[in-house]
Amino acid sequence: MSTREKKNGQGDVGRRDFLKLFGAAGAAAGTLPFGGTASADDVLPATAATETKHHDAAEPHARGGGYEFFNVDESAFVEAAVDTLIPKDATGPGAKELGVAIYIDRQMAGGYGKGDRLYLKGPFGEGTPEQGYQLPMMPSELIRAGIADVNAVVQKSRKNSFAALSAKERAAIMADLEAKKTELPTVPAETFFSLLLQLTIEGYFADPMYGGNKDAAAWKMIGFPGADAMYTDKIEPFRNKPYRAEPKGIQDLI
Amino acid sequence: MATKLNPVDVLIVGLGWTGGIIAKELASTKLKIVALERGGPRDTNPDFIDPEIHDELRYAARHDLMQNVRRETITFRNSESQTALPMRQLGSFLPGQGVGGAGVHWNGVTWRWLEWDHQARTRTVDKYGEKIIPSDMHLQDWPITYDDLEPYYDKFEKTCGTSGKAGNLNGKKIDGGNIFEGSRKEDYPNPPMIAAQSMVMFEKAARNLGYHPFPNPSSNASRDYVNPDGVAFGQCHYCGYCERFGCEANAKASPHFTVIPLALKNPDFELRTNSIVLKVNLDSARKKAVSVSYLDARGREFEQPADLIILSAYALGNVNLLLQSGIGVPYDPATGKGVVGRNYAYQCGGGATAFFDKRTILNRFMGAGALGTCMDDFNGDNYDFVKAGYIGGGGISCSNSGARPIQSHPTPHGTPRWGSDWKKAVVDNYDHAANVGNQGAVMAYRQNYLSLDPTYTDIFGRPLMRMTFDFQDNEIKQMNGQADICVTIAKEMGAIRVDRSIPPVPYSIVPYQSTHNTGGAVFGADPTTSVLNKHLQVWDVPNVFVTGACVFPQNAGKNPTGPVGALAYWAADAIKNYLKNPGPLVPS
Repeated sequence: MSTREKKNGQGDVGRRDFLKLFGAAGAAAGTLPFGGTASADDVLPATAATETKHHDAAEPHARGGGYEFFNVDESAFVEAAVDTLIPKDATGPGAKELGVAIYIDRQMAGGYGKGDRLYLKGPFGEGTPEQGYQLPMMPSELIRAGIADVNAVVQKSRKNSFAALSAKERAAIMADLEAKKTELPTVPAETFFSLLLQLTIEGYFADPMYGGNKDAAAWKMIGFPGADAMYTDKIEPFRNKPYRAEPKGIQDLI
Repeated sequence: MATKLNPVDVLIVGLGWTGGIIAKELASTKLKIVALERGGPRDTNPDFIDPEIHDELRYAARHDLMQNVRRETITFRNSESQTALPMRQLGSFLPGQGVGGAGVHWNGVTWRWLEWDHQARTRTVDKYGEKIIPSDMHLQDWPITYDDLEPYYDKFEKTCGTSGKAGNLNGKKIDGGNIFEGSRKEDYPNPPMIAAQSMVMFEKAARNLGYHPFPNPSSNASRDYVNPDGVAFGQCHYCGYCERFGCEANAKASPHFTVIPLALKNPDFELRTNSIVLKVNLDSARKKAVSVSYLDARGREFEQPADLIILSAYALGNVNLLLQSGIGVPYDPATGKGVVGRNYAYQCGGGATAFFDKRTILNRFMGAGALGTCMDDFNGDNYDFVKAGYIGGGGISCSNSGARPIQSHPTPHGTPRWGSDWKKAVVDNYDHAANVGNQGAVMAYRQNYLSLDPTYTDIFGRPLMRMTFDFQDNEIKQMNGQADICVTIAKEMGAIRVDRSIPPVPYSIVPYQSTHNTGGAVFGADPTTSVLNKHLQVWDVPNVFVTGACVFPQNAGKNPTGPVGALAYWAADAIKNYLKNPGPLVPS
């Protein structure tokens, strides 16, 4: 904390709250301080799903199964991870059942994962948190290395892979990554965690055509009507009144 | 080896709002005009059509319409004691790219800045004395007043079909408009937009507290409209996909369907897209620009000679081109000498999030970029600088610009970032939370500036521009003081919980804050503290003009596009005079 922050009595709380309020989700993999604690239902351990392994050529590609980027160990990790970050519970659907692991796979296989909008020229220095992401890795490299790192650490401490652990154990591991209590051999733990969480929330709330948010179920849960958005004649009559519409994705409207 | 092309009369670098306005205005001169745009061509159809444009991931999260920093970016540090490192991905601000520039993906908030903003130094000294200005603050007047610019503000509002309510018509204050605005000769061309629920609540609360709320001046057309150039606008859909998106309805004013097609009707005008200008070339005396060097999409280098060159890229892009070209003396904070890169400034936000009980239904997703209610009671010099402890406040507003859920799922402070408790908080608050925010002016300082980086280069081999910037004590006091006011209003709105927030201090390049970067090539009356004279003409190289927010001596508590557009019309008039008798329009 700088002397100025101390002087003005704001410090990290104000900073963190600002990030939360104004879109930390868009700020990928920064080296930022993080707060919060883990919470997850103690449900059955996740395993590598078999039901999504077969690609149906008749379906739009993103909605089809099969992993383009992740190998079988990695896909098992990602399914277990998204199930930990957004579990299925009484409030609403979980990220895994909405296809978020497939979403992340497609993102890693595509332009974003390959750093199509990332400046990757050296020299590389760690810098300050204010200077943002400074690793020489594109998102797909960071995710791949991070998965291997976490699996290696978990194998050592719990003699098992991350995906084979109980929901409670997985939540504890995620919380340690978030709180920088775990040192990973290759990548900074909180940078990896931050990117994983960003991708999970993106996949959960993005248009269903990207492979997550299956049947627009996350939009339904919060009451967001989606891509069908023409409210000129509604904004006034619906002031302080509930507006209910079946959410629609872009592909539903074409 | 560059291919040398046939000379043209006028060369425009960057085709957004300001380049588009000047290209259109100069059509009457019958001169040969070429515009070079680094991005590609774009049009409403097929690029921004419904439903494909309603894609939060592609446009808002992945920045599809923005500058690609893989090709060119900046380096950043908070102070000279640090080593600047590259901004490796977009974050704090989002410069545009492509025909229409940031004018495609802006929100459409179209202000006339306050009279104080145009004469910040004189009015501050007159009221409070010289001593109130911190020693490191470069507080400077514009070389022109609000009254000088009034007809041009009017012209830009009519071009944009701005929807709003006058608060000061020919000196008469009008309740419900902004009573703090400078006197305007005519009202807005369109009536205000339809207020959303949160805005109705904000307006009532602000009035209860004795403030003066009014509808944001919005270039999201409140009704079908035809502007004085004959360009048709559709009525705003309130679709909630505005900032970071193109508009499917041609309701959000954008140069790509207004001034640029008019410029393209001129047979003497030629647009070359995917053409990145590397630098402006000067004659041996360095008093005259002779050409620009640019690359086409295939990387072939061309030299385009021109008699007159207009730099109308984004604010940061213009300063970069001046530095790359050696036009004007680069600013040196150690000596205080030099002008290019001096007075870089920004904005500071923050405010309060008001959480309501579940009976309060906001339908936040029914929104528009410029849909909001604002108040200027703590902006400009409408409050007491001594009592508040800071100079240059900000507009305080409650906006309803959409609720796209990847980036907008407000939760109370202390909520976990994931897991079941997070999900429950997201569901509980998604449509029951509103933001009361400050758009704070950041003043210019000796230690905040732009220069060339000694280490990093873009993919074309040029040095990256380096930004040295931090919030100073004046701004930290402001963001805290204004956040407290926002909290008071949020409570008055009936919130059951209010969370206060300020931007990261030290300033961070990471989270999005504002694409209102200003300064670095400011206009002024004194060539030792400005790059441009009052006509936006470079003091040192009179056949180069520079437009955009880089010309502001310091920032304001308002969005910049209004004065940016007005000044483009102002400069176009000056350029027409220049063409009659080329040379300095103001003796230096």
